[in-house]
Amino acid sequence: MIEMMTANYAAAHGARLARADVVAVYPITPQTSISEKCAEMVEKGEMDAKFMMMESEHSAMSALIGASYVGARTFTATSSHGLALMHEMLMWAVGARRPIVMPVAARTIGGPWNIWGEHQDVITERDVGWLQIFCENNQEVLDTVLMAYRVAEDPEVMLPVMVIEDGFILSHTVDSVDVPDQEAVDRYLPPFRPEHPVSIERPMRHGGVVMPDWWTEFRHRIYLSQEVARTKLLEAEEAFQKEFGRSYGGMMELYRCDDADAVLVVAGSAAGTAKEVADKLREEGKKVGVAKLRVFRPFPAQEVHHLGKKVRTVGVFDRSYTFGDGGAMFNEVRSALHGQRNNMKNYIGGLGGRDVTVKNIEWIFEDLLKIASSGKVDRTVEWVALKDGSGRW
Amino acid sequence: MHRTYKDLPSEPVAMQSTEDIITGTWRSIRPVVNEDKCIRCYMCWKYCPDMSIIVEKEGDYPTVDLDHCKGCGICSNECPRGAIKMQREVL
Amino acid sequence: MLEVRFHGRGGQGAVVASEILAKAAVREGKYASAFPFFGVERRGAPVMAFCRIDNRPIRIHAGIYDPDHVVVLDPALMGMIDVTEGQKEDGTLLINTSHTREELNIPNGRRTVLVDATAIALRRGLGSATAPIVNTAILGAFARACPEVGIDSILESIKDSVPAKREQNLAAAQDAYKQLEGL
Repeated sequence: MIEMMTANYAAAHGARLARADVVAVYPITPQTSISEKCAEMVEKGEMDAKFMMMESEHSAMSALIGASYVGARTFTATSSHGLALMHEMLMWAVGARRPIVMPVAARTIGGPWNIWGEHQDVITERDVGWLQIFCENNQEVLDTVLMAYRVAEDPEVMLPVMVIEDGFILSHTVDSVDVPDQEAVDRYLPPFRPEHPVSIERPMRHGGVVMPDWWTEFRHRIYLSQEVARTKLLEAEEAFQKEFGRSYGGMMELYRCDDADAVLVVAGSAAGTAKEVADKLREEGKKVGVAKLRVFRPFPAQEVHHLGKKVRTVGVFDRSYTFGDGGAMFNEVRSALHGQRNNMKNYIGGLGGRDVTVKNIEWIFEDLLKIASSGKVDRTVEWVALKDGSGRW
Repeated sequence: MHRTYKDLPSEPVAMQSTEDIITGTWRSIRPVVNEDKCIRCYMCWKYCPDMSIIVEKEGDYPTVDLDHCKGCGICSNECPRGAIKMQREVL
Repeated sequence: MLEVRFHGRGGQGAVVASEILAKAAVREGKYASAFPFFGVERRGAPVMAFCRIDNRPIRIHAGIYDPDHVVVLDPALMGMIDVTEGQKEDGTLLINTSHTREELNIPNGRRTVLVDATAIALRRGLGSATAPIVNTAILGAFARACPEVGIDSILESIKDSVPAKREQNLAAAQDAYKQLEGL
């Protein structure tokens, strides 16, 4: 059934349809209405879950790790400082192999205060071992929550997943969402059956010490699971397509890239705007394409590699920064294109709620086309629409 | 014990109760209950972080599970009557 | 694509109005999205809300800078900000006011529709004299002033969206719609 809702509500409905057993949360803008919607649905009896209002995000993640050990399907949501406060437990969830699913309404991290959207909070957590999936629109948020559980709970994966929605831009925008039937979701998503559920009948120890003699092997296992997750993500999306008729292009969606002179790699809501701009420029005979970076962890290095073979000029739009270096997405794309002779340029923008406008993206494409025809990259990192008085913008 | 990578469980879990792990060997000082001073308030039982104070039934004097007591001294610290003294372990 | 901008103050219901309009368009088989200007939320502060309507899914996730139609819920804002900033030449300016076009100093050339949504809202018991809730009345006027979304779907959408005083809200929208008959 088509309903009009924000991405936050779509995320909460995803948790309801996935039959999450335990929801432990601590509120933070712009995620709060995910928690509130879950609380409301539990209160009304529409969602059969234990709702736990915690004293911090650190506690929320800790509670879910415990609940997941027992065999509960677990859900929480956070943003920004909340995600940062969870950092330690994010890593613990990975080491403990708990398939927690968590939407993150991506936002700045202060200071000074700024409650608006960018990708810095989630990009900062790229090394902790969670799978990270960026969503373009509200529908994708709901659908990705369902796919995320299927992948996370796969016995060969058993890793937590972040479902990333752009703070405010998606979290607070009302859009059409096709809410699937419970029966269809039940067919798609089997109940969570962990291999070692904690029980009184079968005593066991979780979370004890792993000594130096086996630590490397346990870490290597996580590395392997991230590798396996690549295939599992594709399988989960294929099955999703069969059941619900929707799919999102796998690890990286290529939009009008086949014969493109230049392509922009971009994650999240700005990918939609970029597709719209690409269509417009194509009508003017300018051959540009969009590579929507959907899955950031595991990083789609193969896909980027193939893209680089097809298209010579590759721009990467980062909605975050790595001080002392370029954007993280740019660096990973560049690393995947190592040894190829691509022209590469990094665009940093959309920070702290700054709109990524149609005009911004038009400028970027024109800039990339200039690079494509001249073969010269004027600078490696460009801060988009910077008020530096240079007149470039 | 695990010998090869393949023997490892899928997640870091030990299919064994903590009861089977004798942690009492870590102890350098042990609690000794003086039953003349003990008023059987069981504060020691309540505070012991390792569930190593044993009270079989109400009214009994507390005893110490020396297989698991690590000798932290919390029971002694919490006892309102000073009825638990920590004594050095001797070989 | 049709783009609409709402100007109001925190508490007047501009954000809800943009959502009701989007829902109404979707009822007619179109695609729509609605979003507020993500500023600091405070009762009485000037707020903006936006709505995009199209015949295909909305992919643009950027702000609206050159709207077709502009809806002003509080005419006092017109002294503070240029509500027609960036508005397309052929778009309609819909204002909640008891004043005339001349009194509001609206330049010629811009298609402007005036409706006293405050009076309608108060007559229907929506909000108070100091804080009338005018969003449903102005949406009734919108259905008359702008042909893109019909009154029936707006009424259905109001029915689904307002948490309280459903009948009064529906009546307010109908009042405004009737008042502008022959427009």
